[in-house]
Amino acid sequence: MARASGQRHDTRLDRYVNHYADRAMGLRASAVRSLFSVASRPEVVSLAGGMPNIVDLPLNVVAQAMDSVVMNQGAMAMQYGSGQGEPFMREKICEVMALEGIQAHPDDVVVTVGSQQALDLVTRIFCDPGDVILAEAPSYVGALSTFASYETDVVHVGMDDNGLQPDALRAAVAAVKASGRQAKFLYTIPNFNNPSGITQTLERRRELIQVAQDLDILIVEDNPYGLLTLDGDPMPAMRSMEADRVIYLGSFSKTFAPGFRVGWVLAPHAVREKLLLAQEAAVLSPPVFSQYAVAAYLDQHDWKGQIVSFRDMYRARRDAMLQALEEFMPPGTEWTHPAGGFFVWLTLPEGLDAQAMLPRGISGRVAFVPGNAFYADGFGTRNIRLSYCYPTPEKIREGVRRLAAVMNQELELRDTFGLRGNTGRRQIDHGAPGPNVQ
Amino acid sequence: MSEQTTPLPRVIVLSGGLSHERDVSIRSGRRVTMALREQGHEVIESDIGSGLVDLLRSNPDAVVVSMLHGGVGEDGALREVFDLVGARYVGSDGRASRLAWDKSIATPVLARRGVTVPKQVVLPHEVFRELGAAALVDSIAESMGFPLMVKPARSGSALGCSRVDSTDELPSAMVGAYAYGTETVVEEFIEGTEVAVAVVACGDDVRVLPAVEIRPDSGVYDYEARYTAGATRFLVPAEISAETAAKCEAMARTVHHALGLDGVHRIDIMINKDGEPVFLESNVSPGMTETSLVPLALEAAGLDLGAEMSRLVVAAAER
Repeated sequence: MARASGQRHDTRLDRYVNHYADRAMGLRASAVRSLFSVASRPEVVSLAGGMPNIVDLPLNVVAQAMDSVVMNQGAMAMQYGSGQGEPFMREKICEVMALEGIQAHPDDVVVTVGSQQALDLVTRIFCDPGDVILAEAPSYVGALSTFASYETDVVHVGMDDNGLQPDALRAAVAAVKASGRQAKFLYTIPNFNNPSGITQTLERRRELIQVAQDLDILIVEDNPYGLLTLDGDPMPAMRSMEADRVIYLGSFSKTFAPGFRVGWVLAPHAVREKLLLAQEAAVLSPPVFSQYAVAAYLDQHDWKGQIVSFRDMYRARRDAMLQALEEFMPPGTEWTHPAGGFFVWLTLPEGLDAQAMLPRGISGRVAFVPGNAFYADGFGTRNIRLSYCYPTPEKIREGVRRLAAVMNQELELRDTFGLRGNTGRRQIDHGAPGPNVQ
Repeated sequence: MSEQTTPLPRVIVLSGGLSHERDVSIRSGRRVTMALREQGHEVIESDIGSGLVDLLRSNPDAVVVSMLHGGVGEDGALREVFDLVGARYVGSDGRASRLAWDKSIATPVLARRGVTVPKQVVLPHEVFRELGAAALVDSIAESMGFPLMVKPARSGSALGCSRVDSTDELPSAMVGAYAYGTETVVEEFIEGTEVAVAVVACGDDVRVLPAVEIRPDSGVYDYEARYTAGATRFLVPAEISAETAAKCEAMARTVHHALGLDGVHRIDIMINKDGEPVFLESNVSPGMTETSLVPLALEAAGLDLGAEMSRLVVAAAER
């Protein structure tokens, strides 16, 4: 045997293991997350990623906009900026929000590093460890990660085809109160919810605002997909109906491009004051160059026409997915019919467990996100989020065909072992999935 | 002694692939690439795909180091391709890889050579469909008892593996393992001390490194415990008697020769309550990540990962 160097090594391969904060203990390797590594291979049809398809952007226009920024405003664009965001950017943001009925003053807007950072700032200023946040069941995985990083507890509120259920919201608030705690806010994606694709009806929005007023609940409205409606006109934002009780999060990631990382938060004045201070502590100022670039794009391009073009492209993809699901899915499978956004929410036949099926999916060259990633409490084992935003309609059809084959194999195996009807909650896996599938 | 004037061979480090262990493979590849570059090698990093054969042919003097885990990276297929196109490579050939990769083949081969192996049964999923799962599950429970270990016949990084303590748990464990492949190994669960023994071999020069003892905080050395820095305590050399350490070394040598292995490989062993080592599996393409066992064993032996890999590359180039 090769000779050991005398003393016994006793190691955990991380010399800082005793230095981490408690909240870092949940940041662990995940077998599920690692499987998504294969999704990037060309052989695999990924119905997992939530990336917008921006290949149709007029890159020459974007290049001209960037060029004009560098040549004409370079010294300012590459300098530190305002912690609140550049005034011209906030004015543009108000123009964008007006399309969904929001009347706002630029002074009440704080520009953020994507709306993800807005979510982080809102959670930071409102939540202490152990506080409760209410969220749709299911809810955006990136939001759940943020809430977990602040050691909050998420209580899910049930949805139906019309969105969040007001009675379920009342019951959840009462249950939280009965436990001696306070729900700090309700987090909702009213338009084309990620992951379910469900949209709150106008009537439902009014009812939810009424419940919030009755029970003194703050609403955080996250609206990245609102302008990407595929059937009909955009719905009025909840913020357009109630200014004092709604904090609104917006983003250019889906209507322009995510790489610039420009999002925003619109909040009542007192909240905005705190958000601004928190923002300065976090990043000093949001990316100045990105704000100049986004503003130049909005000035120099028919961006509303571009959104119409995006809608046409996403509509073709959504229709391809719905048609393929109709054609290939085994009996007992159900799915939502989104009127916009990027996602279809699949409910598997009884007995199937989406996360357990994922390795078979990877072997079958199709990737998807298991539903339990969108719950903080381990539910969602029978669900899958399918994204139609990025692959071509042909790839979508092939991906759904492969998924159906994987489901049929799994159904046969579970039938063999008599395991139908045996799904429930899963242990929460905070590591899954990665940012490429959010 | 004159200074070496021959330039070091160019190296192609392969990582990634399409297996369930792609993520780990990329990390292993990155670490080995950096280690070889530090030694002065020119290294081309590549995933595998339709351009691989052209890459090998356009670099006929290069030596291939495969850091692919799972699938074609370990089942021997890729190494057969290397031989087919005349590429030189570090590590075991196709036949040895195939033998080691399939737990259902390696285990009986080693048992015949006197290596202590767990009692096990290998079952393709069709057999349950054709013979009826309920009766077979009962038979397994009756003949093998509990606890049991259920794992895919061909997989790594503990993916699809689970401990089973009762008949009720067996069906879902089987389904979990079949998600990774068509054959599953059910074997007796060995209670004891888990160790890994790394071997660095270059033809007849076989060096067995000190055993690394694995103590996961969770009690189970699963994927999370393997790849979360800090989640597992490692002791090198293992806290075992000199006699047991010698038995582990002897087992590693026997496995090495019986399976015809070469290069860097790792043998996983469970030392039972009687102090007897029991073979679990061998890995022809062991992990080389920051939390992997082989780099730890090399360091404990006073060896440098880059220097050892370079030595194997140079030897492969001279073949």
